[in-house]
Amino acid sequence: MAVDVRGSLRGAALGGTWWRDPRVRSLGYQIGSVAIVTALVAYFAHNASVNMARQGIASGFGFLDREAGFEISTALIPYSPADTYGRALLVGLLNTLVVAAVGCVLTTIFGVLLGIARLSSNWLLRQVTLWYVEIFRNTPLLLQLVVWWDLLRISAPGPRDAWQILPNIFVSNRGLAYPVPVWHEAHIWMLVAMLIGICLTILVARWARQRQERTGEQFHTILAGIGLVVLPPLAVFLAAGAPLDLDKPALAGFNFQGGVIISPEFAALLFGLVANTSAFVAEIVRSGIQAVSWGQTEAAGALGLRQGQVLRLVVLPQAIRVIIPPMTSEYLSLTKNSSLAVGIGFADFVSVANTEMNQTGQAIEVITILMAVYLTISLAISAAMNVYNKYMALVER
Amino acid sequence: MTDITHDASAGLFEARRGVVARSWDWARTNLFNSVLNSLLTLMIVYLIVRLAVPLINWAIVDSTFVAQNDAACKAAGGACWAFIGNWGRFLLFGRFPDPERWRPALVIVIFAAMMLMSSRVRLSGKTLFIMWGGGVAGSVALMFGGFLGMPYVETELWNGVPLNLLLTVGGCGFAFPVAIFAALGRRSRMPAIRWLSVAYIELFRGVPLITVLFMATVMVPLFLPTGVTIAKLWRAEVAFTLFFGSYLAEAIRGGLQVIPRGQYEAADALGIGYWRKTRLVILPQALAISIPSLVNTSISAFKDTVLITIVGIFDLLGDVNSAMNAPEWRSAYWEGYTFVAAIFFAVCFFMSRYSQSLERSLSRARPGPRRK
Repeated sequence: MAVDVRGSLRGAALGGTWWRDPRVRSLGYQIGSVAIVTALVAYFAHNASVNMARQGIASGFGFLDREAGFEISTALIPYSPADTYGRALLVGLLNTLVVAAVGCVLTTIFGVLLGIARLSSNWLLRQVTLWYVEIFRNTPLLLQLVVWWDLLRISAPGPRDAWQILPNIFVSNRGLAYPVPVWHEAHIWMLVAMLIGICLTILVARWARQRQERTGEQFHTILAGIGLVVLPPLAVFLAAGAPLDLDKPALAGFNFQGGVIISPEFAALLFGLVANTSAFVAEIVRSGIQAVSWGQTEAAGALGLRQGQVLRLVVLPQAIRVIIPPMTSEYLSLTKNSSLAVGIGFADFVSVANTEMNQTGQAIEVITILMAVYLTISLAISAAMNVYNKYMALVER
Repeated sequence: MTDITHDASAGLFEARRGVVARSWDWARTNLFNSVLNSLLTLMIVYLIVRLAVPLINWAIVDSTFVAQNDAACKAAGGACWAFIGNWGRFLLFGRFPDPERWRPALVIVIFAAMMLMSSRVRLSGKTLFIMWGGGVAGSVALMFGGFLGMPYVETELWNGVPLNLLLTVGGCGFAFPVAIFAALGRRSRMPAIRWLSVAYIELFRGVPLITVLFMATVMVPLFLPTGVTIAKLWRAEVAFTLFFGSYLAEAIRGGLQVIPRGQYEAADALGIGYWRKTRLVILPQALAISIPSLVNTSISAFKDTVLITIVGIFDLLGDVNSAMNAPEWRSAYWEGYTFVAAIFFAVCFFMSRYSQSLERSLSRARPGPRRK
């Protein structure tokens, strides 16, 4: 390597002493640093084994098969206190993943809207969104979560005087209750019809693009697509006699029965994370749009494109390349911030792990699992976003 | 529009018109320039009025400033600022012994003064370093006491705002050298050094802060030799240092990446070694570029210090939570949270505006963003 040659020449020129040789030094630095890290780890491991033996804690992951014995209020898979610690952790992990996934989707929608509103020509809208962003970015997230939680838990009325924010959607101190459709055989055929519609739309879009490239004639792909995706399921629905029964939440005793009820903890965590991360996403979207030079907009206008077309065909495709990398880190931070659930009593992965740590004393094992899982999630999100980023970058000519 | 004389005469004409006419014009262009915008404006005004009227009633009209408990406030129906009045000192300083509370108060003043000095006065790097180093060391000494007739106060009783400040500045201060080495290590040609740096940075950036804090409070005691204990506060400080260090390292790496190759090659041509090249040529430029992102990282560090309540150390948020456990003030949580939010907002807003102004002056000082 050129560097080594140059380095060893200099070493030789300075008297040729072997410890001046960069190759020797480089090896020395590397062996030294690895040795220090290894020694530290070994020392800590030794202390840990001595301490754990003294406190009578068995090391290893055997505790995962023991009975957990604590309740978890929100569980996606069947869980009871008689289940194992391992299953409890899985319940917590699933809760974390649900919050993260739903949170990322809602944050993207809300954040992009906010970011566009930040650039609106309406002064009042700009001011409102500016202050929204400033307030949510400049106060601690944990405080925001606690406020959301208290809002839902204490300030919200009891189930008897629940706020009906939309028909059949109730907010009370028992959480958010909303109706779900009762399953019917026709629904699966509606789904099939919709899938066929989506496939047809893709074919139509391809045909329309080819025709436009060949002849320059445009086709209303979007309208046709909406028709193809919406009409067939609707036809099936009507043909089946419109079987739509809603499982509505209704007051029974001291709480709601029926529908789906989201606990105040889950709702507070989700709202808090979305409201907070959206403020950061809004700034990313705003600066991404502003990064596209004004000349692009003017040039597109000179070509005769309408305002919506300028945004959709010229500005956004360029802005998205600026937006994707920082968006990735927002998704990552939302996922990691969902661990603040432990501060408001929602049974996410960290809360469950914390409970287990206190019950079993297996701090090292539990924290190792925690870190390994979060690292895996983080790397998976980064990898997925990198793939998307590559896909978007390919469009570049 | 393009004609200059036309513009000038329009300006003169504009100046002669009345305020009402001008503000009507302004509203026409900024609030009612299309049907959609007009509807939007009306909707926002309606929402603001709907929200602001009850809020003003709660915060000012019906609020109570002097009371002995929350029953009096409930009777008035508004905000209970009396809670802040009676408990304000507890919220700020926590369980720090009462006659000695001037010490944490002085610490807050010292930090505020240092922040103002750093942002308003142009100081050299060395002066800044001495000022902040001395300020933090002096503050820690002041909190400890045990000299000049000040009674010794153990770290358990260091609560409230001084804790948030010390954890932020101490954490970032210690994290800074860690971050420099990690950032340099990540760009090193030596594979072992590079992989160790990458492992450190990615490990701490990939996990939530709360797990690092759990590690410091629950796991680290197991790692220490039998009989050796370190106060929880210092363990938490180490956790913050390692955590912030990984984020600062990425901020510094961002700065290192935009230094043109020519700078490295020129320094090599001068025949100075790696350390002198890094210290005299590369780092001064890289750090200057990364200042805005370093400030931004410190802002999030400051907000992140409230997580320490979760592991049972009472910072400002922890103080508010424990004050609300007092039976006579149980319902005063909105007032307490407003108080915390106002303090954090003031500091973070100030710092973020400072960071924006730095960014502007930096982009003015340099001819353009990275040149290849």
